[in-house]
Amino acid sequence: MYQYNDFDTGFVKARNAQFRDQVARRIDGSLTEDEFKPLRLMNGLYLQLHAYMLRVAIPYGTLNSVKMRQLAMIAERWDKGYGHFTTRQNIQYNWPRLSDVPDMLDALEDVGMHAIQTSGNTIRNVTSDHFSGAAADEIEDPRPIAELLRQWSTDHPEFQFLGRKFKIAVGASTHDRAVLKAHDLAIRVVQNDTGETGYEVLIGGGLGRTPMIGQVINGFLPRPDLLPYVEAVLSVYNLLGRRDNKYKARIKITLHENGMDKIRALVAERFAGIKPQFGGQDQALLAQFQRDFAAPDYITAPLETFEAAYASDPGFASWVDTNLAAHKNPDYAIATISLKAHGQTPGDATSEQMRLMADVAAEFSHDELRISHEQNVILPHVHKSHLPAVHARLKQLGLATANIGLISDIIACPGMDYCALATARSIPVAQQIATRFDELKLEHDIGALKIKISGCINACGHHHVGHIGILGLDRAGVESYQITLGGDATETTTIGTRTGPGFSYDEILPAIERLVLEYLDLRQDRDEAFIDTYRRLGAAPFKAILYPEGRVKNAA
Amino acid sequence: MSSAFTPKVVTANDLECGDVVYLTAGGQWVRQHRDAELLLDADHAAARLILAEAQHGQIVGAYLADAITGQHGPKPVHFREVFRARGPSNLFHGKQSEQNNVSI
Repeated sequence: MYQYNDFDTGFVKARNAQFRDQVARRIDGSLTEDEFKPLRLMNGLYLQLHAYMLRVAIPYGTLNSVKMRQLAMIAERWDKGYGHFTTRQNIQYNWPRLSDVPDMLDALEDVGMHAIQTSGNTIRNVTSDHFSGAAADEIEDPRPIAELLRQWSTDHPEFQFLGRKFKIAVGASTHDRAVLKAHDLAIRVVQNDTGETGYEVLIGGGLGRTPMIGQVINGFLPRPDLLPYVEAVLSVYNLLGRRDNKYKARIKITLHENGMDKIRALVAERFAGIKPQFGGQDQALLAQFQRDFAAPDYITAPLETFEAAYASDPGFASWVDTNLAAHKNPDYAIATISLKAHGQTPGDATSEQMRLMADVAAEFSHDELRISHEQNVILPHVHKSHLPAVHARLKQLGLATANIGLISDIIACPGMDYCALATARSIPVAQQIATRFDELKLEHDIGALKIKISGCINACGHHHVGHIGILGLDRAGVESYQITLGGDATETTTIGTRTGPGFSYDEILPAIERLVLEYLDLRQDRDEAFIDTYRRLGAAPFKAILYPEGRVKNAA
Repeated sequence: MSSAFTPKVVTANDLECGDVVYLTAGGQWVRQHRDAELLLDADHAAARLILAEAQHGQIVGAYLADAITGQHGPKPVHFREVFRARGPSNLFHGKQSEQNNVSI
């Protein structure tokens, strides 16, 4: 894992000292809110519905036990004893006091973390596949280039005042677990016909009010060209992108309005101009990061304990079947810790739970943890012989729910329970769906199903790419929930289609229940997942069950 | 005074802790919606908002929110203001967890 060097430490300390002074001047009245707001946003501090919110970056979702314990300490000391993991691999503290934030930032710096560029019109936290470094299907660990992009983009003077925020994601597997095509810019590590490793670059993806799927701007970029090429893309966007209308300022609109041919040509021209400025230092850094992210020293041990526990403990077996993914080392597994216990807030973890996860990672996962965009925590390197012990430890604090990829593994943004931008609540809708299907004991029978809920059109809850998406809106002073179907967040990214009129807060759970029970009737067999049934039959039978005839007429 | 004017309260967030606050008739910032001054007249409401905005050393983001008369004082109208006056629905945090609160 990358560790801050003296330069990094000095930079973050200096930045924190600046912000401490800015906070003091805001409190003593020297700065107005208009003057202070851009300063606090540059440091990840929002003012939300009930309190301030501090958004802390977890670069490419990677943590170790020391960092996780510090996140727990911060939650306990300056917040209400919990944190909320987000779809952009950040953690959010919902209740800090303004005067405490400088101390919180110093505590983060103590473990090599910060909240810089987690807000504002800058390049945000670089996200990645949460199985990076462990996945059986990856070409290489994508985190070295994620770290290269992180360092390049942090405080980059040309890109501190972009027309709008800019989100970058990286992946290196055939199976996309990082929603690459929903990012402003995505890098996919690929190999060409000769076996050479390079990068496919996509731009113009994004959800929000105008969802668009990223398009390939460069199908194979040679390794040394990565930073100058990405810099060229940003540079072109920075000048070409609109600043007259914030809703048309993202690169997806720039691409839509100008066309790929024009943007590709401008990027090529800019690239040719700046490439000579990259003298190879970036490649030297990349080589260092590749060493920093070297694979752990895997152990070898007999697997009998795992096999015996799997045969004798149905709870453990269910967790293994549901929460594990294939590791590149066949004696290891990637274990996902569900932060979606039925009825709990998706993505929330208490300080006690964070410490337990840190302890388990230190003991059983080569001291590594990942945060997924699906708001769960990953133990990336668990030897199978340790899985029974890991499961037993997680069970102690309600962290062993066997529901990964199932109906209760819901992405939900904070919604109007916290967010100042939200138009409706998301969290209680997620809680109700999870609780209801747990009561029905149908979850495992239903199988793979992604429900994603956003509390406003900005789509932090990724509703467009949920198999079932739910969007909460304010319709004439009442919460109203639109359903979309057929979305897909993987390499076959698809924007879901809206079914029809929205449902009230009291109607949305029954509507989802009707929809899912109808799927059980319609599917060919247990192996046909919800999304496959939808693709086979289309929206019609689902619309019919959602909207009995009279209602559609009335709503038309 | 227009007969179409919907009564308002002045609300904002506290500068130091971010908590939702309301402006009273006496010009104080308080934590409970019921203690706010209910503004029945558009001109008076506009004047109170100007007064509130000038207090940038205490509060952030003052605005007028629709309200109606309730048993214990002004009550919020829109669900967003109901949540602001109460706290989140997933955890018993915020105003609802504080003492001396009454249901709104």
